[in-house]
Amino acid sequence: MANLSVNVAGVDFKNPVIPASGVFGYGREYEKLFPLSKLGGIATKGTTITERMGNPSPRIAECPSGMINSVGLQNPGIDAFINRELPNLLTKDTVIISNIAGSTIDECVSIAEMLDDTDVHMIELNISCPNVKKGGAAFGVHCESAEAITKAVRKATKKPLIVKLSPNVTDITEIARAVESAGANSVSLINTLLGMRIDINTGRPILKNNVGGMSGPAVFPIAVRMVWQVANAVSIPVIGIGGIDSGKAAIEMMMAGAKAVQVGAAIFTDPYAPVRIIDEMNDWLEEKGISDINEIIGSVNPW
Amino acid sequence: MEYTKSLYPIVKKEVLGKNIISMNILCPDIADAAEPGQFLHILPDGMTLRRPISICDINKENGNLRIVFEVKHEGTERIAAKNVGENLDVLGPLGHGFTLMPNAENVILIGGGIGNPPMLTLAKYYGNKATVISGFRSAECVILQDEFNRSGAKSVLCTDNGTAGRKALVTEPLKELIANENVDAIYACGPTPMLKFISAIANNAYIFCEVSLEERMGCGIGACLVCACKLKKEGKDVMGHVCKDGPVFSSKEVQW
Ligand SMILES: Cc1cc2nc3c(=O)[nH]c(=O)nc-3n(C[C@H](O)[C@H](O)[C@H](O)COP(=O)(O)OP(=O)(O)OC[C@H]3O[C@@H](n4cnc5c(N)ncnc54)[C@H](O)[C@@H]3O)c2cc1C
Ligand SMILES: Cc1cc2nc3c(=O)[nH]c(=O)nc-3n(C[C@H](O)[C@H](O)[C@H](O)COP(=O)(O)O)c2cc1C
Ligand code: FES
Repeated sequence: MANLSVNVAGVDFKNPVIPASGVFGYGREYEKLFPLSKLGGIATKGTTITERMGNPSPRIAECPSGMINSVGLQNPGIDAFINRELPNLLTKDTVIISNIAGSTIDECVSIAEMLDDTDVHMIELNISCPNVKKGGAAFGVHCESAEAITKAVRKATKKPLIVKLSPNVTDITEIARAVESAGANSVSLINTLLGMRIDINTGRPILKNNVGGMSGPAVFPIAVRMVWQVANAVSIPVIGIGGIDSGKAAIEMMMAGAKAVQVGAAIFTDPYAPVRIIDEMNDWLEEKGISDINEIIGSVNPW
Repeated sequence: MEYTKSLYPIVKKEVLGKNIISMNILCPDIADAAEPGQFLHILPDGMTLRRPISICDINKENGNLRIVFEVKHEGTERIAAKNVGENLDVLGPLGHGFTLMPNAENVILIGGGIGNPPMLTLAKYYGNKATVISGFRSAECVILQDEFNRSGAKSVLCTDNGTAGRKALVTEPLKELIANENVDAIYACGPTPMLKFISAIANNAYIFCEVSLEERMGCGIGACLVCACKLKKEGKDVMGHVCKDGPVFSSKEVQW
């Protein structure tokens, strides 16, 4: 066994693989397939202050090597998360990352304050959801607003704070630097890219929301590029997300500079994807005679 | 076991009609857990999303499940291209199936087009206590009539253009039956407008009724909240999820 454990912002992970926010719920359904303790961590579904119904269906469309979703942050609200889901998750012997997604700074601050009183391990602030009209990605596309919301949430909690970045920007390194200067302990990227599909027989968009967030293997090269750029621009740890569907893809993302990775759409294709990826990473490291995953983080040797 | 994912071999494949494929899959663990109305989430080779397909027949003794599906676009095309001896990547059994009523004396099963297959599991369960009303566009589209007859259920065949059976919508024989007989339950699967009409008829007549809905899916197990449908529960609007709360819902809770 190679050493797969990593440390992100002071938090120890037994391995670097984390199911991404939104695809894994709170783990209950996947626990029927594998023990959650195998995972490095779990990023929970984005939580707002009160319950949200989300967007009308259809909420998903396929595209070559990927998919587009427009769930729109359906979630039961922070009280339900803290009372009904978190206590159970905290017994699972894995790092619990609570993803939060308010539509105003005040909402994010209130949620962070409430989480500060719990034993959740980390907070991931989503400033990049493309599927809601208010807030969401709007915070993540300008340095000023990204900095302001990060600062405010930073003050509201002592938990390690990850800020999740949008790829739908001109220069993602500027936003990463802005949230770093505002006190983020880590950045995770990428959230989904804005996309659209049309049913040419009806002339109607497939998604009822018209547009949605694209993810899956098709976005992998974009994610690798952005992780590489951001890892070179900031000194806080980067969590790589986007199109990871195999151990080799996870290794590639870590070579680009990610200290850990999150797995989204791949879990729809293969519900065992996160645990398979952990095994495949170990196999690859053993085959190469590398005893510690930390040796490959940021090890790309650019031309 | 609740559900599992693995590769399972196709042991029988038939073409039932224009673009309609029937496959038997040898999957003893899934077959053992499967119930009428549940579905399988099948991965077409090389695609990102699985395709939900209803279970059409359950044979627990020989560990077989049967699916019958229409080739629509690329995903179902790729599944249909598989042959006997090849494996399918199946996650299942999934969802909340039909409520079975062991004491029911008279039930009506209604299938519209490719909504007919899941009715076969119910026809076998209820036997001569069931009447199957199946509706199709035309004679070329008619499937599963022999199986329905062998199950012991009475059957009423309708087509839109009268090229086989009665020229009628399925709601016509339904209305006649409930006017003349005591009906304990109605179960239906098919196009949404059909389900909406059937629900209204059943609700007005105070007859227990369940309908099987379709929605585009991601995970298929209730985690991603992609497959939302609007329900009314205890007077409140709530979001249900077709993959976990359904695909079978009470006609009283669906908001059309
Ligand atoms: C619970 C359930 C049971 C089903 N049972 C059967 C069955 O027994 N026999 C059968 O022929 N069909 C059934 N369907 C419909 C079947 O899932 C779709 O026809 C199929 O997914 C189309 O895939 P495609 O790649 O050919 O089409 P595409 O249109 O290319 O599919 C693109 C995406 O949309 C999704 N999609 C398209 N149409 C539907 C639909 N009607 N329902 C849900 N997702 C859809 C696909 O899964 C895929 O993710 C069922 C659907 C559900 C939800
Ligand atoms: C169905 C679905 C729901 C998602 N919901 C959220 C969410 O609530 N919060 C969030 O920060 N990201 C959400 N995401 C984005 C993912 O966490 C991830 O950043 C993105 O999908 C890219 O990774 P992938 O290519 O591995 O899917 C969602 C993605 C999908 C597919
Ligand atoms: S498809 Fe994921 S919740 Fe239904």
